[in-house]
Amino acid sequence: MKGVARQVLPPVILLVALVALWQAAVAAWRIPAFVLPGPAAIGEQFRTYAGPIGSAAAVTGRNAAIGLIVGAVLGILLAVVAALVRSIDVLAEPLVAALSVVPIVALAPVLYSMYGAASEQARVIVAALAVFVPVYVNTLRGLRQVRPVHRDLMRSLAARPAQVARTVTVPTAVPFVFTGLRLASSLAVISAIVAEYFGGPRSGIGSFITTAAAGSNYAQAWAYVLGGIAVGLVFYGATSVAEHLVARRSGP
Amino acid sequence: MRRVVAALLSLVAVASLWELYTLVGPDDGWSLGDTRLLPRTSDLAMPHTWDMVTRLFEPVSGGTGAQPLWLAVLRAGRLSFGIALAGWGIGVVVGALLAIAMQRVRIVESAVLPLVVLSQTVPLIALAPLVRSWGAQLELGSFEWEPWMSVAVIASYLAFFPVAVGMLRGIQSPDTIHVELMRSYGAGWWATLTRLRLPAAVPHLLPALRLAAANAVIGTVVAEVSTGLPGGLGRMILEFANFAASDPPKPWAPIFGGVLLGLVAAGLVALLGRSSRRFRRAEATA
Amino acid sequence: MSHAVSAGHDERAAAVVATGVTRVFRDGAREVHALAAVDLRVAAGEFVSLIGPSGCGKSTLLRLIADLDTPTSGTLAVFGRSPREARLARDYGIAFQQAGLLPWRTVRANVELPLALAGVGRGGRRERADELLHLVGLTDFSDHHPDQLSGGMQQRVAIARALAESPSLLLMDEPFGALDEMTREHLQSQLLRIAAETKAAVVFVTHSIPEAAFLSDRVVVMSARPGRIRTAVPVSLDRAVAGAGPDAADELRNAPAFFEAVATVREALRGGHGDALGVDAP
Repeated sequence: MKGVARQVLPPVILLVALVALWQAAVAAWRIPAFVLPGPAAIGEQFRTYAGPIGSAAAVTGRNAAIGLIVGAVLGILLAVVAALVRSIDVLAEPLVAALSVVPIVALAPVLYSMYGAASEQARVIVAALAVFVPVYVNTLRGLRQVRPVHRDLMRSLAARPAQVARTVTVPTAVPFVFTGLRLASSLAVISAIVAEYFGGPRSGIGSFITTAAAGSNYAQAWAYVLGGIAVGLVFYGATSVAEHLVARRSGP
Repeated sequence: MRRVVAALLSLVAVASLWELYTLVGPDDGWSLGDTRLLPRTSDLAMPHTWDMVTRLFEPVSGGTGAQPLWLAVLRAGRLSFGIALAGWGIGVVVGALLAIAMQRVRIVESAVLPLVVLSQTVPLIALAPLVRSWGAQLELGSFEWEPWMSVAVIASYLAFFPVAVGMLRGIQSPDTIHVELMRSYGAGWWATLTRLRLPAAVPHLLPALRLAAANAVIGTVVAEVSTGLPGGLGRMILEFANFAASDPPKPWAPIFGGVLLGLVAAGLVALLGRSSRRFRRAEATA
Repeated sequence: MSHAVSAGHDERAAAVVATGVTRVFRDGAREVHALAAVDLRVAAGEFVSLIGPSGCGKSTLLRLIADLDTPTSGTLAVFGRSPREARLARDYGIAFQQAGLLPWRTVRANVELPLALAGVGRGGRRERADELLHLVGLTDFSDHHPDQLSGGMQQRVAIARALAESPSLLLMDEPFGALDEMTREHLQSQLLRIAAETKAAVVFVTHSIPEAAFLSDRVVVMSARPGRIRTAVPVSLDRAVAGAGPDAADELRNAPAFFEAVATVREALRGGHGDALGVDAP
């Protein structure tokens, strides 16, 4: 318990201090709301609009969650195929490398026209693509991490390929898969939010931030931002817990 | 050479998949109840790949003397590239300084690092008005805050994170025996940093710089949209999206531009990596 | 499976017969001659050590016997069959330099691994694993994970695992190399006891002259690369007592016969190369 406290306390203290400083600065220098709203104002807006913020967060969360699942499943499956079939690996490598450096959100507008402007699909797809990359890369890396001594051991025991996969390859890969998932979780949320800036129905956190900012209602915009941060934290926390639960029993 | 062939092959594969789907896929896409899972296959919704390519060589708009589309995209790309470069540079400097500070003082690391991670959950769009008005308040002699600088700052916000994390991991990576060796030579913190930690950090730094470049590009494109900066790829993407119904291939042009931008940025970082080969016995994971 | 109770001259019953075994590694234009025309015969139940300078191919030879590699030329027979057949029939158990335990399995599950792969039922597996863990003295640690064990204990688990299917041949590649001297000597005594009880033939690769002399019926001395067998030194010590307890083992290590054996092996190693002993040949 003490270890947890030592980890959690410093950043929390720093955060509280920064927020306090922020409020003091806004009050002391009388910074107008359109430049930087104070935490108190934001808090008030958050309380007032808790309902809409909650439902917007639910929409964004849903999109991100579906994107996370779809992207992760595709990433893991393709990584398994690529580990088994060399030609798939060779073909996929430049694609994944390109996907990891290009702005995926740029696809949002065309996706809206492909799926219709009232659809949430564009956001889900953007999130799924963003999730796919780290999950694929990390899973593939994990599948290749089998130690030579374990490989020799399996060969000396005349294990069939399926047995080798079950007893060694998969358990070795599991921690890597979870690393990928952890990276992907917050990416899913951010991508879903950013995809909302490029159009689509006014339903998620991102679209409400844009509307509030456009109406110069910055305190409200930041209240929605808080909602977005909360969703991101929930996702990150969920994958970290899952990782903790599974990783205790596996990994080289 | 093999890589170039592989890249071209995969490009062809993707294009073929696209065309195959438009050919055999259901006209109205495929929906599960209300949600459309597969897109519509009409020429409006999914223009042919060759149409996308040929469109590039036609003029941007109907007006006389309009430049060809590809040129317009390239110009916009150049502007965005410059901004992304600036954002990347700022992000690298800030990230590096932060990493050094976190290594130097343990308590700074334990307090700041989680907040750094948290910072990345803040959607960029919220920062745009903030940065813009702060910039407007900045008065340093004749220096005037231009709109593109806001975009660069926002891009740097995305770029600094991988650098801070990667560099911290890198400068913390030397074996204890190496650190103790330096101490036995009476080397102070600075000497240890420059002679041991920084060289040891290179394998961690390069993937981080690549990630930072990719993030800078994303940040630039998104920030251009949220600040409304004209002339860049972000704005172009948004504008051309309106032509989806009338000129279906047009919106794809700035997307290709964005892809090119990302590849160029990553390629430049890779070039950087080449010159530091001496330090790169093995590249660490980002 | 063929066992011969005595180390007979019957070719069929020999644990390992190597004839003219050569292994050349090719890396582009470069060729590395790891082994050159090696002839070796290990009788059933015999304890043979392979010793020689670094790079002399002793580990390579062991891997060839285990069918973890194939010879460039020459023939190998394990209990009268090809190494591949022997491997598929699980005629041997192998212990590597690193214990190679699967970190996500308990100690018991690690020992059960060969049995699980062979399709042995849960009850049978557990019984055999408990038996083996008792043999190596690790019953109290059955439910621990490898990362909770010391290096020496991990190696004992690895040895227990190698014995899981009661093989008639044990292949060991410097299993005690990474351990301190005291643990080493203790494990050597244990190994002798196990070998005597199971009557298995053992091919034991080592760097250590005293270890080879203490353990083996015959010490096969190899030359530097390309690896050839220079000579084989028979060692006769009254090993039956060694397993009786640490004091008995110490007595054996202090016996004149032991020192003579060590001296003979050392001389055999030096023979031909008065200077560069133990140094990598280019």
